[in-house]
Amino acid sequence: MPRHRPIETALAEHPFLAGLEARHVELLAGCARNIRFAASERIFESGGAADDFYLLRSGRVALEVHVPGRGPVTLQTLDPPDVLGWSWLVPPYRWQYDARTVEATAAFALDGKCLRGKCEDDHELGYQLYRRFLPVVQSRLQSTRMQMLDVFAASPAGGDAP
Amino acid sequence: MTAVDSMRPAIATVRAVRRETADVVTIRLDHGDRSDAFEPGQFHMLYAFGAGEVPISVSGRPARGGGVEHTIRAVGATTRALCRLRRGGTVGVRGPFGTAWPVEEARGRDVVLVAGGIGLAPLRPVIQRIIAERELYGRVTVLYGARTPDDILFEADLARWRGRFDLQVGVTVDHADASWRGHVGVVTTLLTDVDLDPDACLAILCGPEVMMRFTAAELEARGIPRREIWVSLERNMHCGVGLCGHCQMGPELVCRRGPVYRLDHVGRLLGVREV
Amino acid sequence: MSDPAGDARALDVDGLDRLIAALSERGFAPHGPIVRDGSIVWGPLRGVADLPAGWTLEQDAGRCQLVRRGDGALFGWAVGPDSPKRLFLPPSLQLFTARRDDEGGFALDPPAPAPGPIALIGARPCEIAAIAVQDRVLLGSEHTDAHYRARRDEAFIVAAHCGEPGGTCFCVSADTGPSARSGFDLALTELHGDGEHTFVIEVATERGAAVLEAVPHRAATGDEIARAAAVVTGAASRMGRELETDGLRELLYGCREHPRWDEIAARCLGCANCTMVCPTCFCTSVSDLTDITGATAWRERSWDSCFTMDFSYIHGGSVRPSVGARYRHWITHKLASWHDQFDESGCVGCGRCITWCPVAIDITAEVVGLRSDGSPPPRTRTAGFRV
Repeated sequence: MPRHRPIETALAEHPFLAGLEARHVELLAGCARNIRFAASERIFESGGAADDFYLLRSGRVALEVHVPGRGPVTLQTLDPPDVLGWSWLVPPYRWQYDARTVEATAAFALDGKCLRGKCEDDHELGYQLYRRFLPVVQSRLQSTRMQMLDVFAASPAGGDAP
Repeated sequence: MTAVDSMRPAIATVRAVRRETADVVTIRLDHGDRSDAFEPGQFHMLYAFGAGEVPISVSGRPARGGGVEHTIRAVGATTRALCRLRRGGTVGVRGPFGTAWPVEEARGRDVVLVAGGIGLAPLRPVIQRIIAERELYGRVTVLYGARTPDDILFEADLARWRGRFDLQVGVTVDHADASWRGHVGVVTTLLTDVDLDPDACLAILCGPEVMMRFTAAELEARGIPRREIWVSLERNMHCGVGLCGHCQMGPELVCRRGPVYRLDHVGRLLGVREV
Repeated sequence: MSDPAGDARALDVDGLDRLIAALSERGFAPHGPIVRDGSIVWGPLRGVADLPAGWTLEQDAGRCQLVRRGDGALFGWAVGPDSPKRLFLPPSLQLFTARRDDEGGFALDPPAPAPGPIALIGARPCEIAAIAVQDRVLLGSEHTDAHYRARRDEAFIVAAHCGEPGGTCFCVSADTGPSARSGFDLALTELHGDGEHTFVIEVATERGAAVLEAVPHRAATGDEIARAAAVVTGAASRMGRELETDGLRELLYGCREHPRWDEIAARCLGCANCTMVCPTCFCTSVSDLTDITGATAWRERSWDSCFTMDFSYIHGGSVRPSVGARYRHWITHKLASWHDQFDESGCVGCGRCITWCPVAIDITAEVVGLRSDGSPPPRTRTAGFRV
């Protein structure tokens, strides 16, 4: 029988949770499970209930939006050790985009619904999670703004050149 | 009196033409002994007969055969004329002009090269040089951001570079559909995966000014000092040799003191409005 | 002649005429101030009769008028709209011609022969200073302008120290006049009145001495030398404008966000007059052209100006789309970044940009404005100028 390491140990080693106190890791472990997705598998869909988030361990996930007439457009890809999903923190707790694996992916799935309650009970845990999620939000926002600038376009301001 | 006229082009022959993407072409030029006389980062003024003249960075040496390569994006009348050239065609060449990438300073160091869009072209000769003398450098990373998968330049080179164990290569695109299995996101997101040693690292950035600014900010946040970050600036150039005044950026005459700059020398000018 | 810096000499009007002829005989094309188009401009000079005898230019911001002096002085005015710049750096110049060959390629025609040397008669000290500034820009680094060099190298210069500053002159502030210190072969100071019309001549070079030897002249008297000195000290005391140059570079680098730029932008037409009349402005553009058959192509180089929208064009748009940013670039280049690029100021204090500005923007007044409102109140609107 293969020996499994306790999930606390593996969670504590994930860079997203680096520095978290042991008691909080333990709390998280109570809401966490190992999960694997095949390539091209849908992880969640926009509008669905955002009750989980994922700490990526291997593979690649694409965040997509479906544009009528164009099909799925990839907004960003996430690679380990990225975190996937923060809609579970923000009411009304619905996914904004679609998440689909580009290749076979392994992750920890954390039960956000359960964690929301734990954060209410333990604001220190809430603070620790928020301070890890805010940089994620900032970096996604930054990337989005850069993409909006479309700096590699032939004529960013629509003019002609020599 | 027969002074050298720096405004008079030499005539070069187009030896080969390679289409890179829908609007980008690489041409191999032969103008005799002078073909080899360039440093990575320098540019030539290329003249298309009757159409005009534009500054184009040298994009490398061909894998075999002599000459020098230039990679040109068709964005206007002159660049379109250059992109229409066929093998055997003729083009006017002045230069090479401008400053070079710090290849010598990079020896013995880790090197991170970050390119955006057509900005991979001026970095290709650095990468070629590093590969030719690979043992002289520490860890070498090439990160490249393109607009879409169809806009990726030098795919054959990228595949070859990726295949080496002594180069870390990352490619990302800003926009893709579901058929693209690679990375989607701006080029700065690739830096997350790179293990940077601030004391050993020299960074070389080339791409749109905004992209270089944000990449430099990310590198600085990772502890790399500005004096170890090098950038290439773009300004309107007519003469290429500091005589016509067009390329000024604050006190800099970009064609002469640039286009390659150490960030601590020009960083205060980046992002300044209308300087 | 073994001592080129010999004692001062004196010429009469006829002697000056003979000097012009002597230069002509030696292969120089004499150029000097002539009355044309209602002003005094640089043009070919056949002799003293072409000089603007009895004329002067009344100048103020946005204003220049050619008027009679009431005497016969030849150099009784300061500077007109153009300067010797146009002789060394022509406003428009064909750089090369290229022709298609039978194989579909092209070749360049051989370069045109270099033009013969020019002699400047009556170049002002500020103009000579401006020539030195342009020499530094166009000849002073690794790559030089061969066309400028071909015109500039052999040029013979007869300076005319200033006795009659104009209403917009500030060469004393710029430390370039009213007497020239170097950069000439011969220099003259005009003494006239009470039946006298004499030019006190200073010899600065061997070839200047050699040319002077060929024309009738005499040693200047001590009294003439003293009165020549008084002419320039008198001129120095009558400057039309003043420019405080202390800390100017730091001032301009430090006032990027000054509200004055918006205020200037509201007046400035972006017409580029100031750059066209400026004797140090050196910016040029090249245009590549073809004939209608496409068989012949040529490249033309023309004066350009940082006040035009296209000047700083890179793919996507202009780097300095607003007029305020363009004025800021121009004045900052003249008075600040020129020091970084060429170790000196780009302004010689000739006042042309003030005189020829159609809306009377005054570089000296703008500097005062930028100095005085040193600490503007915090502004909510920081982006953009009025275009």
